[in-house]
Amino acid sequence: MSEAKEEKIVFQRPKALCDVVTHYCPGCLHGVVHRVIAEVIDDLGIQEITVGIAPVGCSVLAYNYIATDFAEAAHGRAPAMATGMKRVHPELVVFTYQGDGDLAAIGTNELIHAATRGENITTIFINNAIYGMTGGQMAPTTLPGQVTTSTPRGRDTKLAGFPVRVCELVSTLEGSAYIVRRSAYNPSEIRKLKAAIKTAFQVQMAGLGYSLVEVVSNCPTNWGMTPLESLKWLQENMLAYYPLGDYKVKDSVKELMAKK
Amino acid sequence: MAKVLMKGNEAIAEAAIRAGCEAYFGYPITPQSEVLEYMSARMPELGRAFVQAESELGAVNMVYGAACTGARVMTTTSSPGFSLMQEGLSYIACSEVPAVAVNVMRGGPGLGNIQPSQADYFQMTKGGGHGDYSPIVLAPSTVQEAVDLVILAFDLADKYRQPVYIIADGMLGQMMEPVELPELKPPQRPERPWALTGAKGRPRNIITSLQLDPPTLEKVNLRLQETYKRIRENEQRYEEYMTDDADLLVVAYGTAARIVKTAIVKARRDGLTAGLFRPITVNPYPYDALRRAAEKAKRLLVVELSAGQMLEDVRLAVMDKRPIHFFGKMGGVVPMPEDVVDAMKKAMAEA
Amino acid sequence: MPRIVIDVERCKGCGLCTQVCPKGDLVQMSDEFNSKGYRPSKFVDPEKKCIGCAFCANMCPDVAITVYR
Repeated sequence: MSEAKEEKIVFQRPKALCDVVTHYCPGCLHGVVHRVIAEVIDDLGIQEITVGIAPVGCSVLAYNYIATDFAEAAHGRAPAMATGMKRVHPELVVFTYQGDGDLAAIGTNELIHAATRGENITTIFINNAIYGMTGGQMAPTTLPGQVTTSTPRGRDTKLAGFPVRVCELVSTLEGSAYIVRRSAYNPSEIRKLKAAIKTAFQVQMAGLGYSLVEVVSNCPTNWGMTPLESLKWLQENMLAYYPLGDYKVKDSVKELMAKK
Repeated sequence: MAKVLMKGNEAIAEAAIRAGCEAYFGYPITPQSEVLEYMSARMPELGRAFVQAESELGAVNMVYGAACTGARVMTTTSSPGFSLMQEGLSYIACSEVPAVAVNVMRGGPGLGNIQPSQADYFQMTKGGGHGDYSPIVLAPSTVQEAVDLVILAFDLADKYRQPVYIIADGMLGQMMEPVELPELKPPQRPERPWALTGAKGRPRNIITSLQLDPPTLEKVNLRLQETYKRIRENEQRYEEYMTDDADLLVVAYGTAARIVKTAIVKARRDGLTAGLFRPITVNPYPYDALRRAAEKAKRLLVVELSAGQMLEDVRLAVMDKRPIHFFGKMGGVVPMPEDVVDAMKKAMAEA
Repeated sequence: MPRIVIDVERCKGCGLCTQVCPKGDLVQMSDEFNSKGYRPSKFVDPEKKCIGCAFCANMCPDVAITVYR
């Protein structure tokens, strides 16, 4: 059985991901994004110098899954908390993990100002167009017409206004260095997501300014779909309003990427 | 070290620096903005962290973040800003990280005005934010005492891993007095095994105020209450001034206590023997010491720049053992010593 | 020989892994239930078609798939 001896593991749980079952619903992409972050932490060898900050929302328990030092922030305040940490410990890699309600509603002020100050922190922003943990209410990113538990007839833009496009907004700020939107609905997008998160961390480590990776994600439970239907819905509805792509890549970042 | 003439707000700032404050986060608001301005110059030149935040919410959560790494950290604000900070301070208390917050109180409620007031007493001493927590609150009445108490605040915050507040007011923040400061030393980073500094050579640390399991959250609360019990047992501070022979015991803190001291001297000239009991820790409140002091007097008068907030603590201390009178001014109105003397005479006349 | 191992107790039966296999349907939903009551996915490869690309594992939100090659 010489063949069996040569067998190698080519895919397994990354070291920086705790060996526990998550509380996430079946098919929720939080799990994929967590794993990708952990893979990047392993690849860069930064598990011992990384501090994560969890938001309020479904991923409030992210600290139970990503195996670095971790804090849990008040709703929306993760970028302010990250600022406090990074300013006294510039040698740390500090990232916030935030959902759309946390980041684009209650935490907009903290987000915008951390970005415009050019804080050397990284934000992983999960946009699934709904409030998950509280039971599927309208998020700042809920699409026009989308039914939620607080827009039972669909989001009426006359009453509830329009969804916020975070990457477009943050990329206008001088302090932002690397602002990109990715997704995770298939293996190819997941590969691009991983590359983006890696770049974002490298941007931070090189002190080039604020980095944010938005992930267009899903919520099968609150969208009222099967996981597979939710990925289809994501592609057919969300990507039109939230096009994937690079919204800001400063020249200094391009130079950094060329070197790597 | 020689004395220097300093404005209250600037003395508070320099005291924090001398105490080894590594990071300051604040937002401009009168009458404390000089702290922020002073820090904006001093902290960077010492290689320490300074950020003018986007709001008091931003500032207090920056404090929370820095505190999680074990750094000595401070914010300062004034009443409306302190209201905004309650969110972060509640998280800081539950997370058991050390932080110092200064409230240079102004007239309220609402936007109020920018004159001295003591109307945030309830908010500061009874918690202020949500949940069962009980911050240490230190009440200076001179600029020198503000310096001493800011330094003490950092030590107590470290010792008990809880937020410590300085309850000051616009008068104290804006006045100039000679002060003596301790030597400037580089900040110390003592061993803080709980801090988030990267999990190198140790298991990773998690700082969270979320405990979904009720018995676990109860345990956190019981630990907090144990901390507050230790604080009550060890940290009560107060001053007694001319209380030995006093018929009338006046109770006041901070700026009100300064005015009362002058009024006591005047009243004694008129034959009214009054004394002052001045809590320095308004939380933990020196109930027992006040009770003992009250037993020596015939009646009490509480003087505050509020509608009567500390009055409730005085009642808790003295119960119905002595008649308790109250004299207060609101809305940023500061009484003259003569006004207090009148109130003292009225209190004694009602006997 | 490339193969995958599915930790059926970790699997929540979301099915995301079943749609990305470039070789067709090597990963399928099982008819059995795990102890949590989920119907986990299963690896069905009688003809040894698996190339160990790890697409299925990449899609798995619960990191329940290990890939050997």
